[in-house]
Parts: sequence; C-alpha cells; structure tokens
Amino acid sequence: MSFRALLFLSAWMFATGIFGVLSRRHVVALLLSIELLFNGVNLALLTFAWAYGALSAASLAFLGIAVTVAEVAVGLAIFLLVVRLTGKAAADELKQLAG
Amino acid sequence: MKAFYLVLFAPFVSFALLALWPGLRRSGKPAAWTSIAAVAVSLLSAIALFFQYDGGVHEVRWVWIPLAHFPSLTVGFLVDGLSVVMALVVALVAFAVQVYSLGYMSEEPPASLGRYYTYHSLFTFSMLGLVFANNLLEAYIFWELVGACSYLLIGFWFYKPSAARAALKAFWTTRLGDVGFALGIAVLFAHFGFLSYDKLFALEPSHALFLGLLGVYVGAMGKSAQFPLHIWLPDAMEGPTPVSALIHAATMVAAGVFLMVRLMPALQHTPELLHLVLWIGAITAFLAATMALVERDIKRVLAFSTISQLGYMMAAVGALSAGAAFFHLFTHAFFKALLFLAAGSVIHAMHTNDMFAMGGLARPMRWTMILFLVGALALAGMPPLSGYFSKDEILVATAHAPVPFALLMITVFLTAFYMFRAFFLTFTGEPRNPESHPHESPVVMLWPMGVLAILAAVAGFFGSTVHEMLNHSLGFESLHSGEEHHPAWIPYLGLGLGLLGILVAWMGYARRIFRPERVYAAFYPLAKVLEERYFIDHIFLLLYWLGYNTVATVVGFVDRYIVDGVVNFVTWATFEVGKALRRFHNGVVQDILLGVVVGFLILAFFATGF
Amino acid sequence: MNLLSVFLLSPFIGAVLLFFIPRGSRTLIRLVALLSALPPLALSVYLPFVYDTARGGFQFLGEIPLLPELGIAYLVGVDGISIALLFLTAVIYLTAIFTSWRIQTRDKEFFIYLALLVTGVFGVFVSLDLFLFFLFYELAVLPMYLLIGIWGSTKEIPGRGVFGWTYEALKVGTKEYGAMKLTLYLLVGSAFILAGIFYLAVHGGSFSYLALQQSLDLPPDVARVLFLVFYVGFGVLAGIWPFHTWSPDGHAAAPAAGSMMHAGVLMKLGAYGVLRVGFGLLPEAGAALAWLVGTIAVINILYGAFGAGWQDDIKYLIAYSSVSHMGVVMLGMATLTEPGVAGSVYQMVSHGIMTGLLFTIVNLVYHKTHVREISRMGGLAHFQPVLATAFVVAGMTSLGLPGLSGFVAEFLVFLGAFTSQHPWWAVPAIVGALLTSIYVLRAARNIFFGPAPVHAVEDAQGSEVVSIVCLVATLVLLGVVPRFLLDSLQPTVVEFLKLFGG
Repeated sequence: MSFRALLFLSAWMFATGIFGVLSRRHVVALLLSIELLFNGVNLALLTFAWAYGALSAASLAFLGIAVTVAEVAVGLAIFLLVVRLTGKAAADELKQLAG
Repeated sequence: MKAFYLVLFAPFVSFALLALWPGLRRSGKPAAWTSIAAVAVSLLSAIALFFQYDGGVHEVRWVWIPLAHFPSLTVGFLVDGLSVVMALVVALVAFAVQVYSLGYMSEEPPASLGRYYTYHSLFTFSMLGLVFANNLLEAYIFWELVGACSYLLIGFWFYKPSAARAALKAFWTTRLGDVGFALGIAVLFAHFGFLSYDKLFALEPSHALFLGLLGVYVGAMGKSAQFPLHIWLPDAMEGPTPVSALIHAATMVAAGVFLMVRLMPALQHTPELLHLVLWIGAITAFLAATMALVERDIKRVLAFSTISQLGYMMAAVGALSAGAAFFHLFTHAFFKALLFLAAGSVIHAMHTNDMFAMGGLARPMRWTMILFLVGALALAGMPPLSGYFSKDEILVATAHAPVPFALLMITVFLTAFYMFRAFFLTFTGEPRNPESHPHESPVVMLWPMGVLAILAAVAGFFGSTVHEMLNHSLGFESLHSGEEHHPAWIPYLGLGLGLLGILVAWMGYARRIFRPERVYAAFYPLAKVLEERYFIDHIFLLLYWLGYNTVATVVGFVDRYIVDGVVNFVTWATFEVGKALRRFHNGVVQDILLGVVVGFLILAFFATGF
Repeated sequence: MNLLSVFLLSPFIGAVLLFFIPRGSRTLIRLVALLSALPPLALSVYLPFVYDTARGGFQFLGEIPLLPELGIAYLVGVDGISIALLFLTAVIYLTAIFTSWRIQTRDKEFFIYLALLVTGVFGVFVSLDLFLFFLFYELAVLPMYLLIGIWGSTKEIPGRGVFGWTYEALKVGTKEYGAMKLTLYLLVGSAFILAGIFYLAVHGGSFSYLALQQSLDLPPDVARVLFLVFYVGFGVLAGIWPFHTWSPDGHAAAPAAGSMMHAGVLMKLGAYGVLRVGFGLLPEAGAALAWLVGTIAVINILYGAFGAGWQDDIKYLIAYSSVSHMGVVMLGMATLTEPGVAGSVYQMVSHGIMTGLLFTIVNLVYHKTHVREISRMGGLAHFQPVLATAFVVAGMTSLGLPGLSGFVAEFLVFLGAFTSQHPWWAVPAIVGALLTSIYVLRAARNIFFGPAPVHAVEDAQGSEVVSIVCLVATLVLLGVVPRFLLDSLQPTVVEFLKLFGG
C-alpha cells in the first residue's frame, strides 16, 4: 500500500470517529467512536514512522495504544456506574455537566 | 551626681516588678509597700541630690535612634538646679500621696490596689523622666507617658461610666494639645536638626523658632489646662482623690509650666509668643476662678482653683519671670496637694463630693479641718504662708501689663472667696445631712497631710533658695533678670483683696449676713453661664460630633455602601452575565465536542491561510 | 547550605511532617508546628547582630541555578529591611500558633496551611530572584482563602444605599464572601505584578534583582507605567485606597491566626513589594510618582481613621485601623527621606505586631462572648482583665504612645514627611494619630469599661496568654530599644536612598 493510501485511511478513520462521537446517542457507541479516533491517529503515526524510518514515532504509537486500552477500561467502568445510578444510556440525556 | 539614677529608676524598678510579677501585684498591701519603698528611695536620693548639688549642669546622653541625616537623635538626662528642685517636689508629693493612699484606698480589693500602685509607680517614673529630660523629644516621650498614666488613673474605677468618660475626655483634650507639641518638635527638628536643650538655647531668634515654640506651648496648654483646653481637668476629678492630688494638682498639670520654665532661655527670643502666654494665662486664671464660684463639688472647686493657679504660673512665664512661675509651682504643689488630700479625707468620711450635703465637720474632723484651713489660707495668699510670697512675685512680675494684671488681681479676691466658701460650707454650721456619721481619718492619712501642711506653711521662706537653684539651670545665665521698678502697693493690694474675699465668704456662708442664694437668683443667667462653664465643653462636644462622628458616619457609609457597593455591583453583574451564558452550556457531551470540532476547524482555517 | 534556607525549610518541613501525623494527636500537631516556628525566630533575632553594617548591601547570599536559560535561580539574601520583616514574620508565626492552640475543627489542616503560608512569606522576604519572589508571593496569598473559608466566622451585612439590592444576593459579610473577595482582589493584583515582572525580565535579561538593578534602563514613560503597575499590584495587598475594601471583609471573616497573619504580615508583603520592586528597581519613576503614593497614603490614613469610627463590629474596626496604619507605611516610603523610609519599615514591623495583638484580642473576646457588636458589650474588664490590659496597650501603640513601638515608627515617618518635598503630609499624619486615639480608646471604653455584664465570661487562658505576653513584650522591646532593628535597618535605608540621589 502506498503512503498516500495509508494516510487517507487514517484520515477516513478519524473523520468517521468524529462523526460517530458527534452523532451516536448510545454511550458505548461513543466510546467505540473514540477508539476509531485514537486508531486513526495511531495509524498516521505509524505511517509517518514507516515513511521516514523514525522508529521512535512507532514507540509513541505503542504508548497511544496503551492509553487507549486504559481509556476504554475507565470509560466503560464510568459508563456502567452512570447507567446503574441514572438508568440512562443515551448521551444527550446526561446533563450533569450543565453549568 | 550619681544619686539621680536612684531618683529616676527606683520607681521604674517597682513598676517593672509590679507589672511583670502578677503574684505580687494581686497581693494588694505588699504591692503597695513595694511602690512606697521605691518612692521613698527616690525621695531620699532626691534629698541627697539636693544637698550634694554643686551648682553645675551635668548631662549624660546616648544615641536612641541612629540616623545619618539627624545625628542628634539622642536621649539623656540633665541634672541642674531646675531638675533637682522639681525632682524633689515630685518625689515628695508622690511619697506623701502614696502613703495617704494606703488609708484612702483601704477598701479596694487587693488586685485592684496592686493595679493602683503599679500605675502610680509608672507615673512617678515618667514624671521624673520628664523632669530630667535633656531634650524636647525625650520630654515629649515622658509627657505622653504621664498623660497615659493620667488616663489610666482617672479611669481607675473603670466600672463607673462617668470615670471612663472623664478619662477619655482628659486623654483626647491633652492629645489635641500634643498635636501642637509634635508639630512644634517637627518644625524645630526639621529646621535646626537637633532638639537638645543646650543647642536650642543657643539659637538666634528666628521664625522657625517661634513656630516651634508655639507648638510646644500648645502642648503645654493642653497639659497645664490653659483656656480653652482646660475642659478636661474638672472632669478628671472622677479619679481617686489621691490621684487628683498628685497628678491633677501638684505634678503632671504643672508639667506644662515646668516645660515653659525649662525653655525660658529660648522663649526669651519670642516676645510675641510670651505675650500670648501672658494673656492666655491671665484669662485662664480669671475664668477658672469665676467657674469655681458656683461649683457644688468640693473636688471640682479645687480643680478650678488648680486651673486658675496654673494660669497665674503661665502668666508669670509670659511676663518673662521664670523664677516667679517656678516658685509658685513649687509652693502650689504643696498646698494644693494638701487641699486635695484634706478634701479626700472629707470625702472618705462623708461618701459624697457635694459641699451642700456636708457642714459642721469641724467637730468630728478637727485635724482635717486644721489642715484644710492651712491649705486654704496658703492658697488665698495669707502671710506668712507660702502662697503669699509666690503669688506676690507673680503679681509684681505682671504689673507692666495692665489688663492681665487687673484680671489676676481680681482673681486674688475670687480665689479667697471660693476657697473659704468651700471651707465654711464644709466645716462650719450644722450638719446638713443627719444620716451621715463622719469620723476622723486614720493616722496613715493624716500624717502625710501634716508633712505637706508644714511645707505649705514654710515653703514661702525658701524663695531665695529656689531662685538661686533656678539660676544654676541650663541656659539661665543668659536670662536678663533686670530688676524692674514696681509700685510698692502691690503686695498690700493683693493681701487686702484676699482678706476681703475671706470676709465676704464668712459673711455669706458662716454668719449668713447676706444670703448667697438670693445673689445667685438675682444674677441667675450669669450664674447659669458659670455653671455651664461658659459652654466651652459644649463647643468641644459639638466639635467632636461634627468633626469626628459625622465625618466618620459619612466615610463609613460611603465606604461600605458606595465604594464597596460598586465592587459588589460589578460582582453581581458578572454573576448575571454568567447566568445568561449558561444556556449555551447544556451539559450534553456531544454538544461540547461539536464546539471543539467547530473551533478547531475555524482555527485550522485561519492557520492555513484560506 | 545557605543560612537563610532555614527560614524556608523550617516551616515547610513542619508542614510536610504535619501531613503525616495522625489526625487525633492534638498535642503532637501543635508541638510540631511550634518547633517549626522556633528556628526562624532564633535566626531572625540573631541576624540583626551579625549583619555587617559596614559592608551593607545584601548579605548571606546563596544561589542555586534553577533555569539558567531563563535566568531563573534560587537566589536569596537579606539586608536591613528584610531582616526587620523576617523578625516580624517569625514573631507573628510563633504567636499565631499559640493563639490557635485551642482550635477545634480540622486542626491538622489548619496548621499545615499556616506553615505553608509562612513559608511563602519568608520566601518573599529572602528571595532576590523575581521569579522566586512571585512564586512565594502566590504561595503566601493562597492558603488564606482556605483559612478564611473553612475556619472563618460569618456575620451578614444588610444591604443599604444605591447598590443595597446586590448585598443579599452576594451574601456580603459571610466568610465565603470575605475569602473570595480577598482572593480575587489579591489575584488581580498578582496579575499586574506578573506582567510587570515579565516585562522587567525580558528587558533586563534576567530575573535576578541584583542584576536588574544594574542593567535595567527603561525609557522614563515606560518606567512610570511599570511603576504604576507594581504600585497597584502590590498596593492592593497593602490596602491602598480605593482598593482596600477586601481588607475589612476579609479580616472580619478570618479566624484569629488568619487575621494576625494577614493584617500582621501579608499586608506588609504588599508594602515591601512596592518598596523593593517598585521604588528599588524603578527609582526615577518612583521619585516622579512619589507625590501620588504619598497623597493616596494620606487619604488612607484619614479615611481609615474615620471609617473605623463608624464601625460597630470590633473586627471591622480593627481592620479599618489597619487601613489607616498602612497609610502611614506608604507615606513613609513616599517621602524618600531617611527617617521616612526607616519609619515606614519600622511601622511595618510595629503595626504587624500591634495588629496581630489587636486581632488576637478581638477574636478571643468574640469567642468568649459570641458577640461582635461593640454596642452590645461593656464592662468586660471585670472578667477579662488580661484582655483589657492588652487591648489598652495595643491601642496605646496604635495611637503612638512613647515607650511602645508605634511611637518610634510614627515619629520617624512624621519627621520624614516633614523634611520631604511635601511637608504638608505631616499634618494629616499626626491628625491621624489623634483620630486613632479617639476610635481606639472609645472602643476600649465601650468594650471593657463600665458596669459588669450580667453573665461571667472567661478571660484569656494558658497559651492565649503566652501569645499576648509575647506580643506585648515585643511592642515594648521595639519601643524602648529601637536600635535592635534600626542599627541594621538605617544603613540599608541610606544605601537604598542613594538610588534617588539622596
């Protein structure tokens, strides 16, 4: 695959993620969309690392993956708690952040 | 000359002991004896100092505040004729009063008695410090300290609202004068760069010298109760009577006169100021005497008489006759302290200050009566008692200024009249209050009075000694004491007027040949003005309300509700704007994220330059 | 290790240790706090004697580079001015601990915040690096928010006047209001200071005070603007009119030790900042604008003295008297004369001790009677002789009675004003002392004198008496032996004034 195609794929994943984050109502779908965002960025990182031969960038991608895992773990835990406490799973019904 | 350290610091040691050792202070009698022992040491040393004194001027000084531009900010002590004599007077009266207090204050609880003697020790120390000061700043320091002691002692019975008020009034009024004192010091210091007496006395006449000394005089007006700053002294009688005797008759109130005498070598260069001093002194003497005519409170009669006598002294200062002023200060200290202590003895027995509730005390209180009579005769200027000689000197000295002289002459008559009005009302006739059972005071109160009575009787013969000592004081050799020709009839006129005053009082209050009540009724408006003390107190009260309280209310209100109101309004407005903006912040996560994305796109748009 | 680090480490280590002490051990908590206060006090008493006046300048210098690229270093040193203020801080810290000895709620946290605050204050007085200076300055300001917000006392003020309707909405007079107001005011001031410091550092090429004093060369207009920035920024903390209104609300709401620290020490940080950074680094601009500083100081003196006369709440009364006395401090430095500046610093110390004492007393009176309105008190001297005596002593200090520290300070400032280019400043200064005697002694009468109250109340106890005695002793010491501080202060002031060609 070419460098351009990989970058295009990464951008496409990121855009899909953004769309998901903004449009999906269910919180789990939201988290999945965030995964897409992360992986889009990771892919871009790896692409550049491959293209420029900078392996240190690849290590950054590993870090990104680790963070993603942690984020999903914490995010799901929070989601479960929110559901248990409020009984709501739709993002637009959770308004505790209102100032 | 080392004795003066003992004179000065013995009371300080006792003050420090009493202040730092609560156990001793609260024990009552032991505290009293500590203080009395200290003042006895002080007195003995003062006597020793007097006899050792060699006629020279001795000084010690050291740096108190180091400043490069004003290297003369020193403190130190000055031992010369004036300070030696004055220290003797202070120590003597302080000793007599402290012993007397043992009897007078015997009903106080121990803690309270200890507090009383603590203040007394501090006062004695401060007063002696003022006497030995060698520069104006140090004089001011001790000046303020005696003022604070006066405040504490007037308000000694702090649970009496009238005493607490009187203490405040005394402090504020004297402090008003001290504003002048401080300004005067600043003028002198800023202009000449030094404040020590020896250098000040060497100055040539100048405008700055005049202004500076004027300021100092305003301070002396407050302390020595000169018109119109005299209003505090009658009220100061709310304090215990021994305090009135020591502080508000013999020593502290005389400090203003003492300072003016001390500054005489500089004052002689400011004739305009001396003229003012003379006039205010004469007016004070006269007005205070008139106010005493209608007073019912025995202590207040004495207070007015003190103001009046201080007026005499100041008039003598104004007439450039420091010797006469200081001689009168010297004799007045004894007979006025005696009078106060005798009055205190009466009050102690009668539990009232009102002379119209007394009467017929001559029989149960014979010794007190005799002692009071000695004091009254001395004050009225009857020979051969001391007041005759000193008052005579003042009258002679002021003879060149007709109006002040006339005022002082009339005051001689008034003085004799009101003193014997008090004497006859208190001691003669029938008891007006049958409920009371007066008894003679204990010996511990009588013998200090006896000492003072002897001094009041014979002090007049020490005139030449006092003058001699004064001539050995710092800077006094430069004073021209030109022996002026004066008419020989002055002493006779003074004596005649005094006798007349006693006679009129005798006719009115002892023999009732005429009825004083009818005179009072006939001149009711005038008498009312006198009773209201010429409404001067009211003027000051008005000044206090308009000058301080009204302004304070305006400032306080403006600060709380206008200045701070603006602050609070801005805060409130910020909150309101926040509330309005809250609607955009609905709490839906995805709306927030949308904001992030849109914001990013806008930034990217500008960053890439489209 | 540098000698001056003791000032920073002692309270800081104290705070860290306190963090690990279990909540219940009350005595241990207090002992640790007390131990952290003793080394700075000992050192601050020692410093005036070992400061070499012949050499002058900053001594006991210590330097550890932190960010050499930006010219930021741990640079400390003291001169006579800082020594005087270190002494003040050490005394107030010690006595604040004694005063708070009987605090009940969350005592551990209380002493931690207190220690942190003091670390910040010491830091400001010893640091010669502006970045460090600002860091410590912020450290000193922030714990106060918590001290007031948690341990403060509340008394709502009813709204009146044009803006009265906002008072209820904001809950004016509550401790939360006081704490927030104080913090916001001081942070706005900090913003000014931060901007000013960065400007100086960028143009001078370093954060070091010593380097800046040498290298700084700004055009006069810029220097004047910068001086005003520092004047307003630090002045807010010094309580200059019209930015003083945080002070009565904050001090009235604060707990005893909080008010002591704040009115006693923190307000001096502001004055110190104006003197050190404003006048010290921008002397020409300072000299050109001294008239403004002095005139506002005169307004402060009179405005505070009159404002105090109206107050019925004892804490507000003392707070307004602080506003008035800080005017004396600012007036002293505005005179730019030797007695004036020396008196200004001396007044900082004197007023710090005195106001610490006054706040201790009024807080104790409040805690024992649960009343703050003067009109509802009277005759307390029957039951509280110690407090009454101490109040009269403190009051006498504030009105400038000789023998107590206030006289030395006010006399010097007064003399400085008289010999400055604006001799008329002396008149309001001395009238201010007269007005002080009116409101202070009137308060003493109304609170303590008069017939005995119906219900007996407790006098100061144990540690509270220790605190009062220490403060009174300091007042007397400074009043009788001014050379204790002035011997090192005066040469520093002379050197300082050389900047102004004096």
